[in-house]
This record gives sequence, structure tokens and C-alpha cells, in this order.
Amino acid sequence: MANKPIKVALIGNPNTGKTLLFNQLTGLNQKVGNYPGVTVDKKEGISKLSATQSAIIIDLPGTYSINPTSIDETIVLKTLLKKDIKESPDVILVVADVENLKRNLLLFSQIKDLEIPTVLAINMADQMGKKGISIDLSALKKELNTEVILISAKKNQGIKEVKEAIIRCHVAAKASPLCGINHKIDPDYFAKLKEISPSHSLYELWLMITQNNFPETVTSAEKQALLAFKKDISKLKKYQHKETIYRYQEINKILKKTYIVDKSKASDIRSKLDKIFTHKVFGYVFFFLILMVIFQSIFDWASLPMDLIDGFFAQLAQVTKSLLPAGVFTDLLTDGIIPGVGGVIIFIPQIAILFLFVAILEETGYMSRVVFLMDKIMRRFGMNGKSIIPLISGTACAIPAIMATRTISNWKERLITILVVPFTTCSARLPVYAILIALIIPDTKILGLLNLQGLVLLSLYGLGFGMAILAAFILHKTLDINSKSFFLIEMPNYKLPSLKNVFFEVFEKTKAFVFGAGKIILALSIVLWFLASNGSSDYKNASEIVSKKEVNRDISPEEMSKKVASFELENSYIGMLGKTIEPVIKPLGFDWKIGIALVTSFAAREVFVGTLATIYSVEANDENTTTIKQKMASEVNPDTGEKIFTFPVGMSLLIFYAFAMQCMATLAIVKKETKTWKWPLIQLIGMGVLAYVSSLITFKILS
Amino acid sequence: MTFLYQILSTIATLQIGEIGYISEESLDFIPLKLLEMGCLPGAEVQLLQIAPFKDPLYICVNGSHLAIRIETAAQIKVLKSE
Repeated sequence: MANKPIKVALIGNPNTGKTLLFNQLTGLNQKVGNYPGVTVDKKEGISKLSATQSAIIIDLPGTYSINPTSIDETIVLKTLLKKDIKESPDVILVVADVENLKRNLLLFSQIKDLEIPTVLAINMADQMGKKGISIDLSALKKELNTEVILISAKKNQGIKEVKEAIIRCHVAAKASPLCGINHKIDPDYFAKLKEISPSHSLYELWLMITQNNFPETVTSAEKQALLAFKKDISKLKKYQHKETIYRYQEINKILKKTYIVDKSKASDIRSKLDKIFTHKVFGYVFFFLILMVIFQSIFDWASLPMDLIDGFFAQLAQVTKSLLPAGVFTDLLTDGIIPGVGGVIIFIPQIAILFLFVAILEETGYMSRVVFLMDKIMRRFGMNGKSIIPLISGTACAIPAIMATRTISNWKERLITILVVPFTTCSARLPVYAILIALIIPDTKILGLLNLQGLVLLSLYGLGFGMAILAAFILHKTLDINSKSFFLIEMPNYKLPSLKNVFFEVFEKTKAFVFGAGKIILALSIVLWFLASNGSSDYKNASEIVSKKEVNRDISPEEMSKKVASFELENSYIGMLGKTIEPVIKPLGFDWKIGIALVTSFAAREVFVGTLATIYSVEANDENTTTIKQKMASEVNPDTGEKIFTFPVGMSLLIFYAFAMQCMATLAIVKKETKTWKWPLIQLIGMGVLAYVSSLITFKILS
Repeated sequence: MTFLYQILSTIATLQIGEIGYISEESLDFIPLKLLEMGCLPGAEVQLLQIAPFKDPLYICVNGSHLAIRIETAAQIKVLKSE
């Protein structure tokens, strides 16, 4: 019979290969929250430990200590303090990096003092020989009074042993503090603290008062007694300092007996690479080159699969139409669902490529160098070096980017970053940009090397980024928020990215994005199809009205049916909606059909392309179904006979999409992170006004 | 760490590549977070790089490679040899 699964909390410093170990333990049996982000929220997976025993592994955000300074780290503290009984772990698996064992053991020593069964996995053990490190494992086990396993998550070594150790540790259920640290600082003080609650470990009680975090397991009488200890804040601070120093003294004693580094064997590759990557000039040049490569590849590599996907769905709709009997259901399928699904699938190549690059930059350790390079510059704009990561991730999706701001501990810097992130060109804008650029910019090479379309795309990225910086500067000068700034970032050693990790991250983020955004897009496609194929009484009598109008002219049946379809669209519900807003958007060069796309884009930008696809496939009710791009290119104004998507209109639309806040999911996440509707509303209105005015100016100048 | 000539300086005034030892009196000025990263009194600290525009500083302290801003570094006194 299978046993009840063991709840295991996976915890460790950042850059210790924790995520990779998680992937090795759980394989594909994992689920993330609603958002495409790495360890931002609780990530869980199931691991088969033995034939009869499984475990639920909770991957906690990376942290250097249990004393939190950011929201991410607070999640760790809350889980460990059993804030939620259901989530409280049976066993804690601490991951450490063999090269930074001393610092990693600080976190371990804190966890050990919580008196929860703990296993220590020392990762990157395969590197020991190369780095000149040797460990006396049995002595270390004895000193730490814990199961210690040497592993290499990358090479899949020691994973079986970790699983066995978790079972042993769970069965033994033995947990003792490592240092009994607090007795050493002020015995009387801590003895009195311990008296308050015998059911909690001393360190738990200490964390409750220092972190002001009281779990449900504490009675109200106990809480009152604990609060009395909080009165002398300066004493708490002093004791926290003493505690940390004491922990390091103990760790040093233990490592002296068990851990030897032969420094002569250490390679100097870090300092050599740092000299280039953090160089005053080359550092920035290199960073810019990397960005160039990313954006060129998004456009170049993704264009072929995107054309194939586009063509495939056009074909599919056509074949379906010819195979199925004509009727409402067939129309729904071929004009609503198939183009809708195609509109989601088509993003996959670009999103996957972007996530791939972001994952590689983070995995290699290069991202920290960018933070180091950019901190001073970003601070002039009221942000933080760490803001560069949300701003780059924002080019994939603003939602994980806004969640990534949680590592910024300064509230003002964090708020400004949150507010300006939606200006960066997210992948939902890409399909809009891609189709408009393909329509209005010729596909030629400049200097025989650079693709002109790619270059325009790059400038749009630049525009989004520039506007983010400008908006940040204005906010920096106008927002009156006082918050103390403290900046600290680890510069991890360079390493080759793990293919498995990169694959998982790209796969997971793409999946989360497609399913999250996909639902909205698909639902809207169906709604749109309905609104476009139903309408007022004029809609229902379209063929009569049109034939009456055209009675004096001799026109072919094909042209007649086109005129009817066009009249139908104009008088459908969606057409009426578009017509209503037409006066407002006419100055920007947009007609009512674009108006429909703008309205539906408020749910999500990428719906633009799908909307136009739906509108045009409803309208173009003929046999030779073409791709969306061809349909848009051949679209003419029925009054003047001129093309709709001219250069000024295209540019005006591009600018509008660059600046407008058209993403309900982002507004929702901003509300969640700032805990008020004030900031998302400011974003919506501010960005909307800016988009309208800039579009207006663009159109007036160009036409 | 006994030197013939001990000079009191701060991390912010070290030269690139120079090594110092964090002085005991700095303890109250070191944020807890930095202490936890190994930036303890008595620890060896080496200035590795200075970012463009002279801030932040890239240091190696007690085996940890970190970047901190100059205002934090200026608060942490170090002893160095002549």
C-alpha cells in the first residue's frame, strides 16, 4: 500500500541549482501558479521516492537567510513558520553550492534551529576536483547532525541518494537545533522567551518577534507575551547581529575540520570574463549586441514557422468549410474557432525564442553583471539596477515582469518599475507589430546585412524602452515617497546553462502564456464571430437592400455577394460598435474596422490580429481564402478606393499599440502587487492619453 | 591580521584589487543582510571592480562575490596594510 506523501520544502540560496534539482526530482510532474514566472510563487511537484513512497516537493523562492527583506523571502518565512498548517513541511531539503558552502550553511543553520527534519544536498559536487575542494563527508554529517548528500543536479548524480535520505529522515523524525545559538547571546533573555510556548522551538519564537510574523499555531495569550519582547527594538537588532556572527563562528569551526580548498587550483575565468562584461565601454557594447541578436532572431527565426502556422490555419479553415455542410456550426468553426486558435498558436515561435534568451542570460550569471552595470544609470530614473530584469522580461510578458520586481526592496524604486514595465514591448505586441511592419515596410536589406523590417522592429523596442525610462524619470521627480534604499546583489560565478533547466523554463512559460492568454483570445474570437454574424434588421435583410440599391447597375454575382457581405458587416453588432467610436479614432487615421480591433484589444493586444482575421473572413465570403496579411494588404476604402493600411495609418497604429495600456491581465496584477486600484487606473489613463496624442501627431505629420 | 602599519580606511576608498579587513567598530553600520552574506568584522574584503560612473562596487568578502552601493561601502571601515 502506498504511504501518505511526504511534504518536502526545497530551500536554498539563489544560484545553487535549486530549480534544476527540483526539475530532476519531479520531472514533468509539476504545476506552477497562474503566472509564467520561475520561482515567484509556490511551485509544487510530485516525486516518486521509492516504490511505496512519494513526496510533494514545494520549491520555495531562493533566499540567503530566513530573515526576509523582500516579498519573495517572506513566502519562505511563512511556509517555515507553519502559517498555513496544510502547507507546513515534514522534511526540509536544503540545497547548497559546494563552492559557497560557508555562506550556504548560514541558511542551513537557521533552518536546523527550527527543529524540523532536514536534509542537506551539496550541489555541483562534480566541480570539486576542478576547484580544488575536498570534503570529509562523514565528519561533516556528524558535525551538522544531519543527512548530507553530495550531488550534481546537472549530471543527475546523487538524486537517488537524496530521495533515500528524505525517507530516512522522515521516518526518524529526529530534529535537533544545530547551535542552540540563542543561549549563547543572552541566556536569561532567551530562557524567558522559551518559557512562553513549549510547543514551539526557541528559534521559531525568536523569528516571530524579530519578523513580526505570528502563525495561527500561537495562542493569543502567547502572542501577548511575545509582543512584550518586541518593545526593545534596538536590543532585537543587536541580538540579530550577534546571532549572525555567532552562526558564522560555529560554521567556520565546523568547516575548518571538514572542508579544504586548494586555492592554487582555482581558475581565474571569473575575473577574466568580468573584465569584459563589466567594462566601462565594452560592457555596454556587449549588452547592446546581445539585445540586437535577441531581437533580430525573434524576427528572423520566427518568421518562417509563423508563416507556416498562418498558412496552415487558413488552409484548415478552407478545407473544413468544403468538407462540412454549410450552416451556423460550420461558420462558427471556420470563421470563429479556427482563426481564433490559429491566432494563439502563431505567437509560440516568438515567445519561445524570447524566453529562451532570457533563460540563458539568467542561467549563465550574466544578468547580474547587467544589474551591476546599470544600477547607477537606473537610479537616476528612480529605479534600481535590478529593474533591468523586469524591463527585459517585460519584452516577453509584463505579468511575470511585474512579479519579478519583488526582489527590489525599496518601495519607490519598485513602484516606478511596476508602473513603467508595460511600456516595454511585450510579446503580445509582437504579432501586431509583425503584421503591420510586414504590410508597410519593404522587405529589404540595409548594407546587405541588416533586415529593414527587423530594424524597424528594433526601433519600436527602443521606443518602448525609451518611453519607460522617460516615464520613470517623470515619476521619480513627481512621486513623493520616502523609502530607504539598500542595494545588494550577488555576482554568481559564470556557468554554462543547463539545457534541461532552459528547456523547462521555456516550455513552462510558453505553456502558461498560451493557455492564459489563449483562453481570452479564443473566447473573444467566438464572441466576435457572433457579434459579426448577427445584427440589426438591416443586417438580416442585407441582400434585399443591396440589390435594391444596385438595381440600376449591371454587376456580376461575385461582386454582388461581396457588396452584400460588406453591408452585412457594417450593420452587424460589431460594425455598429465600430461605427460608434469611428469619430473618435478618425483623426488617428483609423476606420471603424480598426476601431473594432482597438476595442477588443483592451482585453489583450494580440486580439488585434485575430479580430481583423475574423472580420475579414466574415466579409470575404469567397472561395479563395488567403492569409490575414494578404487580406489586410488588399483592404480598400469602399468610398475612395484607396488602400486602408497606408504608411501613415500603419505608423499611427504602431505608435498607438506601443504606448496604450491594453491588457486587462496586467492591470489586475498591478492591482494585486500595489494593493490598490489607484496605480492601475493611473497606468490605464496616462498611457491611453499618451497613445492617443502620439498617434494623432504621427498621423498628422506623415499624411 | 597584524600589520606593521595599519591604516583605517573604508571599502569605498580601497583601490581595485586591494585587500582590507573589516574593523570591529563597523558592526553597527553593516546591514543585517550584508552580515548574513558573510560581511563580518574581521573578514577579508577585496575590491574587485568599480562599475562605470563609480558606483556600485564589486567586492569579494569572506568568499562571497557581491555588489553594493558606494554609500553602504563608505560606512564599512577596513584595516589595510601600508
